[in-house]
Amino acid sequence: MDLNTLTGLNLIEKLNKKEISARDILESLEKSIQSKDSKIKAYVRSQALHLPEQLADYSKTTLKGIPIAIKDNICTEGFNTECCSKILVGFRPPYDATVIRKLKDAGAFIFPYKTNMDEFAFGSSTENSCFGPTHNPRNPEYVPGGSSGGSAAAVSSDQAIWALGSDTGGSIRQPAAFCGVVGLKPTYGLVSRYGLIAFASSLDQIGPITKDVSDCALLLSIIAGRDNLDSTSVNPEGCDYSTSLEKNIEGMRIGIPKEYFIEGIDLKVKKAVLEAIEVLKKLGAKCREVSLPHTEYAVPVYYIIATAEASSNLARFDGVQYGLREKARDIIAMYKKTRDLGFGQEAKRRILLGTFALSHGYYDAYYLKATRVRNLIYQDFVNVFKDCDCIVTPTSPTAAFKIGEKIEDPLKMYLSDIFTISANLAGIPAISIPCGCTAQGLPIGLQILSKHFAEGDLLRLAYAYEQNTSWHKVRPKLEPS
Amino acid sequence: MAKYEAVIGLEAHVHLETKTKAFCGCSTEFGQLPNSQVCPVCLGFPGSLPVLNELAFKYAIKVGLALNCTVQGSTKFDRKHYYYPDLPKNYQISQYDRPISKDGFLDIYLGQEPKRIRIKRVHLEEDAGKLIHQDDRSLIDFNRAGIPLLEIVTEPDISSPEEAYEYLADLKNIIEYLDVSDCDMEKGSLRCDANISIRLEGNKELGVKTELKNMNSFKGVKDALAYEIERQIGLVESGDKIVQQTRLWDVKELKTISMRTKEEAKDYRYFPEPDLPLFMIEQEEIAKIKKEIAELPKEKSRRFMKEYGLSEYDARILVANKSNADYAEKCFKAWPGGDKKPVANWLIGPVTSTANAAKVEISQVNIPPAHLSELIVLVEREQVISHLTGKAVLEEMAATGASASFIIRKKNLAQISDEAALEKEIEAVIRENTKSVEDFQAGKGNSLMFLIGQVMKKTKGKANPKKVQEILKRRLR
Repeated sequence: MDLNTLTGLNLIEKLNKKEISARDILESLEKSIQSKDSKIKAYVRSQALHLPEQLADYSKTTLKGIPIAIKDNICTEGFNTECCSKILVGFRPPYDATVIRKLKDAGAFIFPYKTNMDEFAFGSSTENSCFGPTHNPRNPEYVPGGSSGGSAAAVSSDQAIWALGSDTGGSIRQPAAFCGVVGLKPTYGLVSRYGLIAFASSLDQIGPITKDVSDCALLLSIIAGRDNLDSTSVNPEGCDYSTSLEKNIEGMRIGIPKEYFIEGIDLKVKKAVLEAIEVLKKLGAKCREVSLPHTEYAVPVYYIIATAEASSNLARFDGVQYGLREKARDIIAMYKKTRDLGFGQEAKRRILLGTFALSHGYYDAYYLKATRVRNLIYQDFVNVFKDCDCIVTPTSPTAAFKIGEKIEDPLKMYLSDIFTISANLAGIPAISIPCGCTAQGLPIGLQILSKHFAEGDLLRLAYAYEQNTSWHKVRPKLEPS
Repeated sequence: MAKYEAVIGLEAHVHLETKTKAFCGCSTEFGQLPNSQVCPVCLGFPGSLPVLNELAFKYAIKVGLALNCTVQGSTKFDRKHYYYPDLPKNYQISQYDRPISKDGFLDIYLGQEPKRIRIKRVHLEEDAGKLIHQDDRSLIDFNRAGIPLLEIVTEPDISSPEEAYEYLADLKNIIEYLDVSDCDMEKGSLRCDANISIRLEGNKELGVKTELKNMNSFKGVKDALAYEIERQIGLVESGDKIVQQTRLWDVKELKTISMRTKEEAKDYRYFPEPDLPLFMIEQEEIAKIKKEIAELPKEKSRRFMKEYGLSEYDARILVANKSNADYAEKCFKAWPGGDKKPVANWLIGPVTSTANAAKVEISQVNIPPAHLSELIVLVEREQVISHLTGKAVLEEMAATGASASFIIRKKNLAQISDEAALEKEIEAVIRENTKSVEDFQAGKGNSLMFLIGQVMKKTKGKANPKKVQEILKRRLR
């Protein structure tokens, strides 16, 4: 069996038994990338792949030197971190993100290639990358989802054992659903954002993308926890998510929000999710319909708050200190030329939207109002969680769409995040796990949401489902190129 | 001016003297090599996040309390956006609608009656870097970027350049007392902008205001305001309109020049800083900080008057600078007697002259309080040396660090008070100046002074003049 196809926990077992070495895994991944990635383009190749001759001694660590793929917006010291944007081409951060430091401390090998993404995480298809789109490993004509499409595609196609993505409105869960892998967006504040190049600071979270729920729990245990460098991070009680996975879900109370099974949802998706709910019922979960009445406002609220914060966060890319700088006659002209050439279409669209929403005279009508509605959406969840432990929904209304299908219609594209956005607005954790396939063989994702810092519940439910189904074992059959 | 009155509001920016910057751990030390005190956070590198410096926050509360403000139960930070190369993130972390404290006041004294200047708000923000223009290029030093700044905004309660000056002097004084900043305008640790308009006296309505920037000294503020008042009156008198605009003080030309008009005013697009949480300030915390506030200048001067019997004038001079006040208090304590007036006189007189000559504060003159006290005893009480000699000894003390008695002994400066020794010299003077002696005896008082002078000359200034006078009077009666 090829090592690259195994899960992280499988590999740890083999490494513990000294059946294999960390080097073997690296070589197996390298081979896989060489044979597949020219077709999938999960990785960004703005730098040469220099794998070390000699690996460090990882024998006493948790992760034993298993490589991990990192999204291009998470700072890795000495490796390019470019957010798949021309404006950051060649940027090598002088520091590691906190999650990278934690992973290194736990014995992870940080894979030098970063994974592809929509520029600055602006998108749902990984088509908005300055390095070109990533292809869905199940069918290369389809998008892998986004913005963490590179990470999801790399894991799905066995070009990575596991990966980190970031999720602002669904950017981990939607690509995980589209590629048939597991993706978790933690509670806002559970994982440090230090070193994550910000898209929307009040919504962004880093999370794992893995082949199964156990790997997800392990990675989350490593990256979670309070970081003194991130004032919005908190220390929850107990960050070991692996130990409680096996506990049964008998009596767990599950809410099925009616607003998530509306018109426009793909019938096959609906069917798969309803079937999944049946599985959970059989396992002893108590399911009932609930209501999240403000769901319809999630997308508009999100596109005001997220773009407003993005317009501010992206102000620093001005050609002065790092990244692209265009020559011009004066400083203002330099700013304009650099930003004009450096940012792609979608980035410009969002910067303009956000700038408008924060402008004098519009702030109250847009940003302020959006923050108020955001609070209503949050309250919806608080109300439902009074009587529920978890909420189950589809991750996305449809399975993956074709490359080019929605890129010209931003509104249509934005609506593909309709089921994932609310979790970010409310700050609650949410996971996507595979729960079916369409007729075209494209994966379908099941989303589970839970209370703040109740990742334990959410993972336990996901694990129980996974143990009783085999959707997570479906792997793309790719012809070698 | 008679018909018009000025309406002035000041916006002071004070560098807080914390060891590290407002939102990262970089040093704030002044005068270091360019860009030697920077990190990803204060450089605004992608992915970096701010973490609030607790001490800066505490200092901000302290200043708010000292200015009689209400400290808010909760406060938040906001982003203020504008593009400038010395602003690494192209936004400044500042505070918009929930400053740390607001609604305070500061009473200033120009005449006998205090004038109350209301403080609108006190908020915390980060400073920007510094641009250095060299030939055809510009360089940026980010050492200053991220240094905690306190913005203190008054209501438009100031009516003249003199009041503005007094307000700033008092503000500086208070902040120095709190030991949170050195308030050195030359180093840029205190900066000040002003809003100014004029109106006909008695008019309630406010005129069109201009904003003045780039005033780099207290005098600059005063001069710029005076200039601007004249300029605005000139415009109104000649029937022109005042345009709302930002103007820069040109310290070489001594005039204000237009920088931008209202139409070009920036939209800062304030919104809550999502990288920092809401900060709650507990009442106990406020009470604790209140207790830490040392005696402020006004209280100190009142106490000096009460405890040391100083006049209001003397007390005000001595408390105008905290280190001087501390030094003065040590000197009072070292003085062996209830009446501290001689010490106050020496501090405000000779010690101040000595300090001024060396261009330092009196607290920086190299004289321990015990030494000063000894000197004053030797001059005023024991009259071992004359007042004049005393001043010379004081300078010697400042220069060498030696005690007065040591210098007097070494230089043999002690006054001759021994009557037998003086009699001999006086005898000679009487013999040599018969004309003056006759004049004196004929009732010309001036002649006595002349004779005393002659004795002093003969003794090389060491004769005790009082004794000489006594003996002369007795002999010539």
